[in-house]
Amino acid sequence: MENVGANGATRDSDLHDAETVLDVKDLVVHYVLEDETVEAVNGISFSLKKGQTLGLVGETGAGKTSTALAILNLVQMPPGVIKSGTINVCGAEVLKMTPKQLEKMRGKDVSMIFQDPMTALNPVMTVGEQIAESIKYHEGLSAKESMIKAEEMLELVGIPGIRSTEYPHQFSGGMKQRVVIAIALACNPQVLLADEPTSALDVTIQAQVLDMMRELKDKLGTALIMITHDLGVVAKVCDSVAVMYAGKIVEHGTLEDVFNTPMHPYTEGLFNSLPNIEDSAAELMPIPGLMPDPTKLPPGCAFEPRCRYAVEACKEPCEVRSISGTHKLLCTRYNEPEFRIDMERGEAQ
Amino acid sequence: MTENLIEIKNLKKHFKTPNGTVHAVDGISFDIKRGETVGIVGESGCGKTTTGRAAIRLIEPTAGQVFFEGKDIFSMGRRALNKARKDMQIIFQDPFSSLNPRMTVFDTIALPLKYHQIISGSKKVDIERRVIELMETVGLAERLINTYPHELDGGRRQRIGIARALAVEPKFIVCDEPVSALDVSIQAQILNLLKKLQKDRGLTFIFITHDLAVVKHFSDTIIVMYLGLEVEKAPANELFANPMHPYTKALLSAILVPKVGANKDRVALRGELSMPIDPPDECRFAPRCNYYNPAKCDKGRPPLIEVSPNHFVACHCIGPGGRNDLVLQ
Repeated sequence: MENVGANGATRDSDLHDAETVLDVKDLVVHYVLEDETVEAVNGISFSLKKGQTLGLVGETGAGKTSTALAILNLVQMPPGVIKSGTINVCGAEVLKMTPKQLEKMRGKDVSMIFQDPMTALNPVMTVGEQIAESIKYHEGLSAKESMIKAEEMLELVGIPGIRSTEYPHQFSGGMKQRVVIAIALACNPQVLLADEPTSALDVTIQAQVLDMMRELKDKLGTALIMITHDLGVVAKVCDSVAVMYAGKIVEHGTLEDVFNTPMHPYTEGLFNSLPNIEDSAAELMPIPGLMPDPTKLPPGCAFEPRCRYAVEACKEPCEVRSISGTHKLLCTRYNEPEFRIDMERGEAQ
Repeated sequence: MTENLIEIKNLKKHFKTPNGTVHAVDGISFDIKRGETVGIVGESGCGKTTTGRAAIRLIEPTAGQVFFEGKDIFSMGRRALNKARKDMQIIFQDPFSSLNPRMTVFDTIALPLKYHQIISGSKKVDIERRVIELMETVGLAERLINTYPHELDGGRRQRIGIARALAVEPKFIVCDEPVSALDVSIQAQILNLLKKLQKDRGLTFIFITHDLAVVKHFSDTIIVMYLGLEVEKAPANELFANPMHPYTKALLSAILVPKVGANKDRVALRGELSMPIDPPDECRFAPRCNYYNPAKCDKGRPPLIEVSPNHFVACHCIGPGGRNDLVLQ
C-alpha cells in the first residue's frame, strides 16, 4: 500500500525495541456472573511506541474500557477475570506485578483520564491537593514541593496556578477536565489512557482540550491511547487506529490505512452511519440490527449477523490477516482475492 | 403550502436563582413553515431546550407569544390547550429517563391514544391494533409489546418515545437531541426513521442538537443560539457555505471531520461559556470573540439584521448587504 506512513512501515519488525512502551498480547477479559459470562475482550493484541497515539474506536460494549482497565490491572474482580494474555509496560509484566508494584506503576508509568470530569475529582479536596497527591507519592517530594509542582501542572494545562486552592465545584466542565489531565500527566507517564476525554464537553471546549492534549503529548513524548466513538476525534489526534467490535480488533492500521482505505465491513458501516458535512443530501446508511449479546457471542465473526457481505464461511472462526506491514484485518471474506467492500465515501480527498 | 404552522414572537424565559436572574431565553422570534424543520444549535446552557419546551408550552414563558396555526397557545385555557397538545408532541433526549419504568411498551404507547380518545369507543382490541401499527411504523417488533423499558436497549427505547409522540398523529414535533444518547450506527437508524416519517406525514419539526453535522443533515433553516440569544439564522446550506457570525464560524470550524488531514486549520475560541445571569446590555459573545473591537462592539446588544435574503446575523461588525468589518484582534 502506497500510503503507509514512514513511522508505521517498520512497526512490526522492531516491536520489541526500546521504543515500545506498551505491548498487549492476546488479552481476554471476561465478567463471570452467576448464570452467564460476559465476554468483553476476546483476544486482542497491539503495541504502542513512545510518543505514538492509538485510537481505540468502537461503540458501547465493544470492550474499549475493559481493555484500558486491564492495562492498569484495574478490572474489578470479581466479577471480572483477565482470562489470558500478557500486558507489558516498559518491559515489566503488569499481570505478574504485586499490589505494591502495581501501585508504583499506576499513575507513574501509566495513567488514565476518565470520561466524566464531573465525577473523577474528589469534591472535598482542592484541585492542588489532588494533583500534588500523586506527585508526593511517586516522586517522593515534600508536601510543599509537591504543591509547587502541582501549580506548575495547572499552568501547563492553561489554568492560573493560584487557582490550586479552589475546589472542583468552582471550575467549569472544561476546566475540570483540564485538572484531570493535569493529574494524569503530573508524574510524566510513559502511557496515557484517555477514555472518551472530551465526550462530556461542548464542541468549542472539546476543540480546546484536544488541541492542548496533542500539544502536551508532543512536548512530553507520552504515548497515548485515545478511547473514543468519535471518528472525527481520531482523525484529529491519532496516528494509528484499532476498530473494536464485540471484544475483538476487527481492523487495525495507521490512520491513513483505516480512513483512506477502510476494508472491514464494520468500519465501512461506521463511516456510512455518519452524516456527511459536505453533502447533507447523502442518505445515511445505518448498520442494521444491534450489537450481539456479549454473553452469547457466535463462534464465527461477531459482525456476521449485521454484515451485508456475510456468507456461510463467516460463521466459522476467522484469522487475523495482514494486508500490509501496518494494516491488519479480521474478515473471512478477504480469503477471496477479489473481495472488496463498495465503500462510497472515505477515499482520500 | 407556505403557510407558517408555528410563529414564535419575542419569546423570553427567565429563571430566578439566588445569584440573580438567569436569562435562559432572551427574546427569540422565528417561524416554521408546514412540513419544514428548524434546527436549533448551540452549546449547553444556550437556551435551546428551553426554547423547544416553551414552543409547546411545557414551560410558561416570562414573555412572548407562540402561535400554533394562528392561535396563541399561551393565552389558551386548560381545555383548549389539552386539545392543542394533540397536535404538538416532543421526543426527549434521554430514552432512559423519559419512559416510565413501570409501564410496558403497550401502556406507554396506548396512554396518549386513551387520553386524547383517538380511537372511538376505545375498545381494547382497537387500541392494541393501533399500538402494533405504531410499533411497526417505528420498527419495533410486535413481540416486544409487553416488555418494560429496562429490558430494551437505547435505540429501541428511543423508538418507543417516537411511537408515543406519533400516536396522536401530531402536526408538529419538537425533537430535543433525539440521537445524542445513542451509538453512531443506531443514531443513523433513528435519523433515517425521523426523516422518513416527516416525508410520509408532512410533519413539522424543531430539531435541537449540539451536533452540527446532524443538524445540517436534517434542517431547512438553522438557528445558532448563544447564551439565550439568536446570533445567526439562515437556510441550512447558506449557513454552512457562508457563516458570518464569529461564533458560528468557530462552531463550524470545531467540527471534527472523520477524514485524514481535514482538521488542521481551526478558529480556536478562548474562554468558556458563562451563564447569562443578569446580563448587561451588550454583545454576549464579546468576551470570547476573536474579533472583539471596543470601538465597534461596545454599543449595546447587537440587533438581528437581515444581511442577505433570509440570512440574519446579530453582530455589530456585520451589516446589510454582507457589510463585514470583522478584523482579527
